[in-house]
Amino acid sequence: MSGRASTERLSRLLAMVPYLLRHPGLPLAEAAAHFEIGEDELVRDLELLFVCGTPGHLPDDLIEAEWESGKVYIGNAEAIDRPLRLAVDEAVALLVGLRTLAEVPGLHDRDALDGALAKLSAAAGDAARAAQSLAVDVRVDDTDPGAAEQILATCRAALREHRRLRLRYLVPSRDESTEREVDPMRLLTVSGRWYLEGWCHRSEGVRLFRLDRIEAAEVLDADGTPPAQAVSRDLAEDLFRPSPDDVVVTLDLARQARWVVEYYPTESVEPAPPGEWAPAELRVRLRAADTRWVRRLLLRLGDGARVVDPPGLAESVKDAAHAALVAYGG
Amino acid sequence: MVNPNASRRTERLLNLVIALSATRRWLTKEQIRRAVPQYDDCATTVAFERMFERDKEDLRELGIPLSTGGEDVLFGDEQGYRIDRDAYALPDIAFTPGELAVLSLASRVWQQASLAGPATRALVKLRSLGVEADESSLVGLEPRVRTSEPAFEPLYAAARDRAPVTFEYRRADGEPAQRAVEPWAIVSWHGRWYLVGHDRDRGASRVFRLSRIQGAVRRIGKPGSYEVPADLDPRSVVGATVRERAPQAAVLRVRSGAGLALRRRARSVEAADLGGFDEVVLDVSDVEAAADEIAGFGADVVVLEPEDLRAAVLRRLRGALAANGGGSGVPGAGAAAVQGGAA
Repeated sequence: MSGRASTERLSRLLAMVPYLLRHPGLPLAEAAAHFEIGEDELVRDLELLFVCGTPGHLPDDLIEAEWESGKVYIGNAEAIDRPLRLAVDEAVALLVGLRTLAEVPGLHDRDALDGALAKLSAAAGDAARAAQSLAVDVRVDDTDPGAAEQILATCRAALREHRRLRLRYLVPSRDESTEREVDPMRLLTVSGRWYLEGWCHRSEGVRLFRLDRIEAAEVLDADGTPPAQAVSRDLAEDLFRPSPDDVVVTLDLARQARWVVEYYPTESVEPAPPGEWAPAELRVRLRAADTRWVRRLLLRLGDGARVVDPPGLAESVKDAAHAALVAYGG
Repeated sequence: MVNPNASRRTERLLNLVIALSATRRWLTKEQIRRAVPQYDDCATTVAFERMFERDKEDLRELGIPLSTGGEDVLFGDEQGYRIDRDAYALPDIAFTPGELAVLSLASRVWQQASLAGPATRALVKLRSLGVEADESSLVGLEPRVRTSEPAFEPLYAAARDRAPVTFEYRRADGEPAQRAVEPWAIVSWHGRWYLVGHDRDRGASRVFRLSRIQGAVRRIGKPGSYEVPADLDPRSVVGATVRERAPQAAVLRVRSGAGLALRRRARSVEAADLGGFDEVVLDVSDVEAAADEIAGFGADVVVLEPEDLRAAVLRRLRGALAANGGGSGVPGAGAAAVQGGAA
């Protein structure tokens, strides 16, 4: 879509002119870095400015741009010499972003946050009202928010100081608590949950740890710089990479269990074949790292789902349900 | 890399901005057509007018205020255009390096979401004020939201513009129905997006989950058609709807070394007389959600009380047994005793 690209670029040009007017003689490399573009892209922008100007478009009407010496000079651009105000969506994006950050526990610079929010609200004018139409809740959800904030603060300290962490981490799918040492890489929220991404020395790989499952965290003296092969996951992709060790299971879902396909990544979803199991509406294939997790899921789904494949898993769900019912009876 | 058409379009828009903000008088469309060389590309007046309409829309999206008006004597019925330079400019704000760093982080909240473009543009504008951000205290912190639901963009825009909409909504029980709503706010709550608004057919406020909206969201009224209640706190509304009743204490028998997630949240854990089990007391506010979790532990966790939670777990276990080839035979006398209590 060339439309989107050209408005993005126009927005940059309108920001670039006032900035360069205030910084005459700025080295090309610094100017490019400021706008987070390459030097060749900056030169193309300057070339474009150079042929634009006030009506008439005679040499005296055009914007002056000079960069041959490696330093950038701009002139004759009075019509656009002030930074453009924020559009409504732009103000909303930043205001809602700031309010989201305000809920991050242990964010150091409270003053900076409050200051930015106050100044931006004043500058945004009417757009501040539109920002009320959007809200994001990232509050740590835990029965013990104090402990959760403590864990987040500990992880942040380790990140800042590049130190290794020792974690006690709960793995609910196995109902197990594990000890591991982790070189922290970043803290992120995805779908309302906080995660620590780090190099796990126990599994020798990059792992995501859900913060509400970290039972204890301690900053160690050891250096926590992750090894060179530790590469952050691309959040645009799915966070939960399939592994070759995964098991693919096939389930039939009744209407009350349809939500499963919204919650978990599926390999395939299709209408259930008629006549096999009366309540079935969907037949789905799910990828699971651990069949114990699937067994738990099936127990909670009750009469809303059944295992089609592998048959051994259906057997194990049946046995687990039977054993539990015996426990209730005895 | 460089698309010549896109470049030409950028040149045209830039010349248009300069022409409209350099002028002290209103410019008619014809004057604008002559003032911006790239409009020569338009062979006909119709083609020019179409292009000019699109360009005006682009400028509005970027926040460039286009004023319309004119002196009657000169223009007759025709409208004139110009850019008011004071309305154009960002008010003088001086951000500190720390504030700019926080703003930069705030813009990255949208990196994977539908406001990514506006967020980036906003930051570029603020950075043109000339302050360099000091991001040292924010290393490694990446709060993000995602907006994968197709309904997000039209609903956000409708709430922003206060324009009523209609859409097909699938209820929790799977039945779809057409709804007509005045959107008040869009809220991300525990990672899911919700719409809070006034449901016209029901004459009351309602909360909708965006992932349950099917197909297109259509506007059924003009922007500014209604008012949003001044005291609206959309997050509390969603919280109160989505969340549960006041918690009650549940008493569980949990096998030693198992049920770790439950133990973590427990009010108390005591070693019971029963060999190899502990008695765990837990606050439960949503019986069905708690039953989901507890049923997953199978024989490792048994609910002693309250009765409705016990019945909800038993219903799941019996269902799982029957659905996975166990027939409907129910072992155990205790199970039979609570059958009457199950919904």
